[in-house]
Order: sequence, then structure tokens, then C-alpha cells
Amino acid sequence: MDNRIEKRIELKAPLSRVWRALTDHREFGEWFRVKLDGPFVPGQISRGQITYPGYEHVKWEAVVQKMEPERLFSFTWPHYSGDSKTDYSKEPSTLVEFRLEKTSSGTLLLLTESGFDKIPGVRRLEVFRSNDGGWTEQMKNIENHVAPTS
Amino acid sequence: MSHQRRSSMASKWRVRAPVFAALGDETRLSLVAKLCGGRPHSISQLAEGSKLTRQAITKHLRVLESVGIVHSVRAGRESRFEFDPEPMEGIKEYLDFVSEKWDQALSRLVSFVEI
Repeated sequence: MDNRIEKRIELKAPLSRVWRALTDHREFGEWFRVKLDGPFVPGQISRGQITYPGYEHVKWEAVVQKMEPERLFSFTWPHYSGDSKTDYSKEPSTLVEFRLEKTSSGTLLLLTESGFDKIPGVRRLEVFRSNDGGWTEQMKNIENHVAPTS
Repeated sequence: MSHQRRSSMASKWRVRAPVFAALGDETRLSLVAKLCGGRPHSISQLAEGSKLTRQAITKHLRVLESVGIVHSVRAGRESRFEFDPEPMEGIKEYLDFVSEKWDQALSRLVSFVEI
């Protein structure tokens, strides 16, 4: 297991349609369930309010990174947030990337969320996690990690 | 997805942040590496082969103890320290949670574009 999340889905819709659903802020808001204040602009902060029932008090805030038409849309967002007093600029953030590819039946969407290792201490824990190893294996990992053979 | 992450999960995450901070130190990480074999160690045992003083080791152990990664147990007159992996399970749980929220969001995206 890596410090990232990866998803891969096939959509039976043309590339242009999926691109619009991802990058038009109103359309994004429809499926993601957030009411955004304005369009996504690379390098700028996107603000809004979550519309998911029960979570309407929660703010949305992200920094748009890349918008390469019909190829790549990415943003970073903070990870500890949740209350209005949070200073988002000081929060550790992860990177969300949507990559699109045309297929014979529609569009392939690859989603990754990475950068969990930027959250303090998380990268240290990487060595503890493994899909099948159990603790014995992980202990070896951490030993190797902290005491490389000289 | 992340709306839930930013509320219910956010509080859990805050609880865990100190765990990560406690591990963000080479010395403490090396102590954990020694302890995670499962056998409790005394401060003297932990000091063996290390340049650290017993006092310094004690200080680091207290930090680990404060977040629950390490517990002290009495063995006769001596305190020994043992490793508790529980607080660290949280990170995997968190990634699983975020992952599941993405599954839900993406399935809404599918219904949204496949009309």
C-alpha cells in the first residue's frame, strides 16, 4: 500500500463531456456536492460551501493547479480542515489529479490523491503499513528504515 | 466525498496528528524500532549501543507514551516500556476512508455524465 489513492473508471461519455463535468464549477458542484463561488482558475483558490446533506456548514477550499484541456485537471486541498477558524494556508494538503484518456467506448478517468506523506509523521508510518506482511515484516522494515546497513 | 472527511473524520484526524508528530523524530523512531519487536525494554536496555543518556531516552519515551505508542509496565522495581501499535492503525483507516469517499463521489460522476 502506497501513500496515495488511485482510482480508475471507464465512463460511457465522450472526453469533452467528462472534461466539462470536472472543470465547469457548476457541474463539478453537482456531483461532488459543493456550491462553488466561481470558476476554476489555475493558480487560484477555489472557495465554496459543501451541499452534502448534513454537512452544509463545511467550507470547501482548494487551490487549482493544472487545467490541460481534456487531459489533466488538478488541485490541492487541505486535510485537517472542517471548522471555519482553520487557516487553510497553513494546513498540510494533498494533491488531487484527474487524468483523462479517450477510449473506444468513451473516456478513461484516472484519479489520484497523493501527498499524504506531507502530513507530519505520516511518511514515517509508511514503513508500518503493508498489505500482507503483518508486524514482523513491518518491524524489519522500520529497522531497515532507521538503521540502513553500513 | 470530502465533506464527511472534513467533519467527522477531521476530528479523528486531529486526535491522530500528535501521534504522527511524535514519530517525526529519528531518535523516537529508533526507540520504536527497538520496541516493536514486542518485548518490553528497560531504559538501560534502550540506552545500550546508543549515544543517548538515560535522561534523554526517558524524555523521548514520555513523548511516545503521551500519544499511546508506548506504555510503561512495572517489572519488579524497574519500569519497562512496551510498544502499542494501535494508534498507528489510524493512518490506514484514514486512507481507506478517503478512498471510499472517492468511490462514492466518482459513482455520482458516472451517473452525472452517463445520461
